[in-house]
Amino acid sequence: MKYIIGIIQPDRLDDVLKRLTEKEIHLVTVSSVIGRGRQQGVAEVYRSHKEPGNLLKKIKLEIAVNDEYVELAVDAITGGARSGNIGDGKIFTLDLEECIRIRTGEKGKLAIG
Amino acid sequence: MVRKPKGKVLSLCFVITCTIFLSSTSAWASESIGVTELVKPVIDSGDTAWVLVSAALVMLMTPGLAFFYGGLVRRKNMLSVLMQCLMILCIVSLQWVLLGYSLSFGPDKGSIIGGLEWLGLKGVGMEPNVDYASTIPHQMFMMFQMMFAVITPALIIGAFAERMRFSSFCVFTLLWATIVYDPVAHWIWGVGGFLKSAGALDFAGGAVVHINAGITSLAAALVLGKRQDYPESVSPPHNLPFAVLGAGLLWFGWFGFNAGSALKSGALAGSAFTATHIAGAVAGATWSLLDWLKYKKPTTLGMITGAIAGLAAVTPASGFVTPTGAIWIGIGAGILTWLAVTCLKTRFNYDDTLDAFGVHGIGGIWGVIATGIWATKAVNPDGADGLLHGNPMQLWIQVKMVLIVVAFSFIISYVLLKFVDVVMKLRVSEHEERVGLDLTQHREGAYTLIS
Repeated sequence: MKYIIGIIQPDRLDDVLKRLTEKEIHLVTVSSVIGRGRQQGVAEVYRSHKEPGNLLKKIKLEIAVNDEYVELAVDAITGGARSGNIGDGKIFTLDLEECIRIRTGEKGKLAIG
Repeated sequence: MVRKPKGKVLSLCFVITCTIFLSSTSAWASESIGVTELVKPVIDSGDTAWVLVSAALVMLMTPGLAFFYGGLVRRKNMLSVLMQCLMILCIVSLQWVLLGYSLSFGPDKGSIIGGLEWLGLKGVGMEPNVDYASTIPHQMFMMFQMMFAVITPALIIGAFAERMRFSSFCVFTLLWATIVYDPVAHWIWGVGGFLKSAGALDFAGGAVVHINAGITSLAAALVLGKRQDYPESVSPPHNLPFAVLGAGLLWFGWFGFNAGSALKSGALAGSAFTATHIAGAVAGATWSLLDWLKYKKPTTLGMITGAIAGLAAVTPASGFVTPTGAIWIGIGAGILTWLAVTCLKTRFNYDDTLDAFGVHGIGGIWGVIATGIWATKAVNPDGADGLLHGNPMQLWIQVKMVLIVVAFSFIISYVLLKFVDVVMKLRVSEHEERVGLDLTQHREGAYTLIS
């Protein structure tokens, strides 16, 4: 089992979710986050006072999958989130030790689906 | 209750009121104002209705200002700004009833202050006061004016937001209302006040409200000093939609502020209503245009700031200028306040947190001067002609009023702030400032993460 974390541009979320659904990956947690990478932020102007804006709004996706779905999930995220510009984001995959479904107490492979 | 006279009753009333008029001459010796009102010093239902509504409209401006300012601070200080505005609504209202109204509008003492005769509203009843508004209950005039006394100190919050101790704020506000606002209101609006007698025009408070609060804001920004992280990393406004909501409420309330200052329903109120709206609209568009040219994008914050600046600038002029005059006042307000906020503040590096000086101080000064340029008796026969209508003297009178109010307001406010600082400290501790005033001054938070 793997735990996949994707950091993507907010405007790409719908596209990524659509592709995940197409690959029958339904389990996903989405949060609104701020962060920074190598790219320069968009400076915002408030009453002529420029805010450097070095922390940018991003979307964080968290997806737990069985091993055979890792490739599919990564493809869905890259496919949906890639624009070719700096700031498209990153994907991290982590080994996942255990997964427990609260309702039934099922564990592991069974619980993820 | 007094009913509106009709037909024969009217002529009878005329005779009676003429007698009253002749027997109480003092205030009217030099003024032609209101002879027509004087023939029927009875309560007019239309006038009273309009002033009642106007007072309520102006009241709404203080919560409106709270949201305007609140949206612009960081989320950890949201409640502190709302609380400061609303606390002013509570304590200055009481100050006004007990003391402030008498000091501002009470029987004149030496042309500089009202007497204590009306302390605790003694004698301020339903009988109209012919000196101020002859067709509405005296008490209603007092209430209308109360709302001005409330919002004026609230404007100053913009200068010291995010760093003032709440207790010191309360003490400062009460002292300021009594020592600064009340005398200035008396000079300009009170019968016998020296600026009023000199012919200075301030229809709805360009000097009394906006210059007064704006200049005090500058003093406050200087005495309190900058916020810890200014100007390097002060976060952007935490909720611009709140600021827009607040600006909308202010704009709405401003119709009561300016058109209500006619103190009667009718042509003058209508013309002030028109001038008010036009100047606000034009100044908002002007600010947007300047943003567009300089920063490539018109900003929401810039637009609402410009509108507020235009509304502030037209305040003293609203009852004296034509719609064309209002357009010029709006354009001037947009340009000057934009320059003040963009250049002046950066150049001199003071932390007028929400630009109370830049918008209200500069906007007010421009408005009072512009009144001396565009005022015309064609709009208000009780006013005066300005520079463009052949009376350059009026401009000089207006400039004098600006200089006097700026000097008085700055010096007294500066001393007052220093005094409160020595006695009880104005600023919160560094730690409290970092944590935010909501938690440290009020033990509350504006927002929870969940639910």
